Amino acid sequence: MEPELLGEYLPVFARAAWLTLWVGLTGIVCAVVVGLACAVVQHFRVPFARQLVSAYIELSRNTPLVVQLFFLYFGLPKLGIVLSSATCAIVGLAFLGGSYMAEAIRSGLEAVDDGQSQSALALGLSRGLTLRHVVLPQAVALAMPAFTANIIFLIKETSVVSIVALPDLMYVAKDLIGTDYNTREALTLLVAFYLVILLPISLGAGKLEKKVRYAAFGS
Amino acid sequence: MPPSGLDVLFQGTNFLRLLGGLWVAARIALISMALSVLLGVPVGVLMTSRNRVIKAVTRVYLEFVRIMPQLVLLFVFYFYVTMILRVNLSGETSAIIIFTVWGTAELADLVRGAITSIPAHQYETGYALGLTPLQVQMHIVLPQSIRRLIPAAVNLVTRMIKTTSLVVLIGVVEVLKVAQQIIDFNRFTYPTASIWVYAVVFALYFITCYPISLLAKGLEKKWALSSQPSH
Repeated sequence: MEPELLGEYLPVFARAAWLTLWVGLTGIVCAVVVGLACAVVQHFRVPFARQLVSAYIELSRNTPLVVQLFFLYFGLPKLGIVLSSATCAIVGLAFLGGSYMAEAIRSGLEAVDDGQSQSALALGLSRGLTLRHVVLPQAVALAMPAFTANIIFLIKETSVVSIVALPDLMYVAKDLIGTDYNTREALTLLVAFYLVILLPISLGAGKLEKKVRYAAFGS
Repeated sequence: MPPSGLDVLFQGTNFLRLLGGLWVAARIALISMALSVLLGVPVGVLMTSRNRVIKAVTRVYLEFVRIMPQLVLLFVFYFYVTMILRVNLSGETSAIIIFTVWGTAELADLVRGAITSIPAHQYETGYALGLTPLQVQMHIVLPQSIRRLIPAAVNLVTRMIKTTSLVVLIGVVEVLKVAQQIIDFNRFTYPTASIWVYAVVFALYFITCYPISLLAKGLEKKWALSSQPSH
């Protein structure tokens, strides 16, 4: 291993790490929005939209991101829909992550016992207040483990966006292996950067779960 | 009607080749899953050990494998570990090894979870009724653990199949690669082939994974009802 090479490659990887993070976080935010919309539709059993949502969830959960991205990036242009690499990656992550987020949120909402909202209503709280002060705090806490697992899952999934020509960490590593044959240095940095990104998130998620666990033992 | 991109799939043996590619992906997933079950069960039992060293080692293994994207593990193994070991492994063999390393970690954690989810009072009740430790394991712990384990393990199969889509990046000719070849070969005769062919690949993955997902969901529902009558 040559230390000066590591130093030389560091800025390249740092730039790529920003891209990975940026694509990942934007994708996650979009996924949460999609997931929230789907969970609301399912929770309130909106007719027709509900069937659409469950079809989407099954489709998204049972296909790999790589295939989804290939379709978006190489297939859609034939219909005249040309998306940039970054847009493709974000749309892909939102499409994939939306269903996972929807399931997390829905399971959180469902896990709050009916008695809780009935009691709140019986105590004279309005529907809005019941949702805000009784159901949501518990649902969020119950959904938290699945939610943080999804965030880590989606950041890991960004590792495939290089197939739509986005210069992320994976892309840079592959590029350096191909051009300089410095496989060892490139892969060491690759692993190190993913650890630096994902380890704090994983540890933070564990802390956060403990903090909001009050709901699990509530009642 | 101008030639639709879908027709290209029915030219010659194209569709069969695509299915052949799917089989390559499925084969990798099935072999990896079988090996993961074989290795994951003992590792999972090991994880419930109170020995600190065993606990620490298995924990680091699980966390590392879980935190790294599978593609990174695949690259590190295919380009680097093989170099250190001075072995020449095909992409498919590398993929099976890495998916087994990953699947073993995931399955072991499921096994650990299933074992530790059985509350202590179940053991105590069993002993109080005069059952031997073996009888307690056979008639009380195992049946419940297995019911908790199997739906999650079936779900892992779909994750394994979906993860096989990564192997195209280390040069394995599977369904995506075959799709690419068909599209490239017919670029001039069927210029819009890509949307159709990729849609078919999308559908093929869905058709493969969806029944398995349904099975997992069905088992989960069935066993959740019978093992937790209080809910």
